Amino acid sequence: MRLSGRNLRCVRGGREVFAGLDFNAVAGEAVAIVGPNGAGKTSLLRLIAGLLLPAEGAITLEGGDGEMTVAEQAHYLGHRDAMKPALTVTENLIFWAEFLGGTPADPAACIAAVGLSHAAALPAGFLSAGQRRRLSIARLLTVRRPIWLLDEPTAALDLASQRVFAGLMTDHLASGGLVIAATHGPLGIDARELRIGGEV
Amino acid sequence: MSALGALIRRDVHIAVRVGGGALIGVLFFLTVVVLMPFALGPDLALLARLGPAILWLGALLASLLTLDRLFTADHDDGSLDLILMSRMPLELACAAKALAHWLAAGVPLIVATPVLGLLLNLDGRATLAVALTLLAGTPALTFTGMIGAALAVTLQRGGLLLAVLVLPLSIPVLIFGVAASNAAILEQGTLTFSTPFSILCALSLASLVIGPFAAAASLRHGLD
Repeated sequence: MRLSGRNLRCVRGGREVFAGLDFNAVAGEAVAIVGPNGAGKTSLLRLIAGLLLPAEGAITLEGGDGEMTVAEQAHYLGHRDAMKPALTVTENLIFWAEFLGGTPADPAACIAAVGLSHAAALPAGFLSAGQRRRLSIARLLTVRRPIWLLDEPTAALDLASQRVFAGLMTDHLASGGLVIAATHGPLGIDARELRIGGEV
Repeated sequence: MSALGALIRRDVHIAVRVGGGALIGVLFFLTVVVLMPFALGPDLALLARLGPAILWLGALLASLLTLDRLFTADHDDGSLDLILMSRMPLELACAAKALAHWLAAGVPLIVATPVLGLLLNLDGRATLAVALTLLAGTPALTFTGMIGAALAVTLQRGGLLLAVLVLPLSIPVLIFGVAASNAAILEQGTLTFSTPFSILCALSLASLVIGPFAAAASLRHGLD
């Protein structure tokens, strides 16, 4: 599987964010998008996820499921965690597993994988920022999708959780997935750097 | 199909939990209707004459009150991104969200109508007529209101805009809803119940089709 973008140009609110951007990612590889604030890291991830439309250029996926768009084969972990405060941790996760379709994994196992078993029956509104982040990561595990698009995935995570998450990403890569992450800090795994917007 | 069911179940769940929208709509409806007899005075004939119009106005405003959060809540917490990316057609997802909103916020209004009819001196027949017209007409309010809710997503403070955008669309529903109720109460000569009621049903059916497509188009256009 190979995900690539050619000559991408992104315009938001009438302002050009970046232009002439190329990228490549193959199965089993992690790509870290680095660059200063406002360089367009999130915009690039949202372009790949189909949540923004490129002003120029195209994104192609070779070797994926031809019936589906890139977005439908991707998990997107954004700044916002897509969890409802009124629902419990388990309810939130079961909803996403059912909504995203495919063959869902056991929600309890996914919650255990990110170390939230003790809070499984708690409304998500009571979780701390780091715990909410871990719940979002559990969503990536509920349904298998080959492409992971991660926006600052390690923000708010403590060191132990960062190590757990690095392990989950390693497993995902080993099973033939690919990871594209926008990040400022270290991801904890070997990743090829994609620099946009000059030096930090 | 399980994805569709999951979305409807989730939205209904959230609406009926503490802080959800379902109760707020009914309480507002209750407030408007309960205050009306105090404002109009103890003229029973006048209350019965105005009853259907008051109930309809209350239901319309109550359904508008909770509608503005239909998409903005999902936009604010990032759920909308995942709904946009999913395999489910966006039109279907919009229809599911509107249906869930109607089940959680519209149906309680209809259930509350017989109780509130007593306060307005409506007899059993009149109350039944109003409840029936609300059952036929409130889906139209929700599904046309959804268009405004989708447009409000791209704006930071879209609440008031929603009312301005949606009110013109809900005027026909109000006219034929009240007309059908009054016709059932008065039954005078040429004035029949079935004509305005049929038009009311037609408005609901048309909005069931147009609403999801217009809302989905608006959400796609507002991608950011």
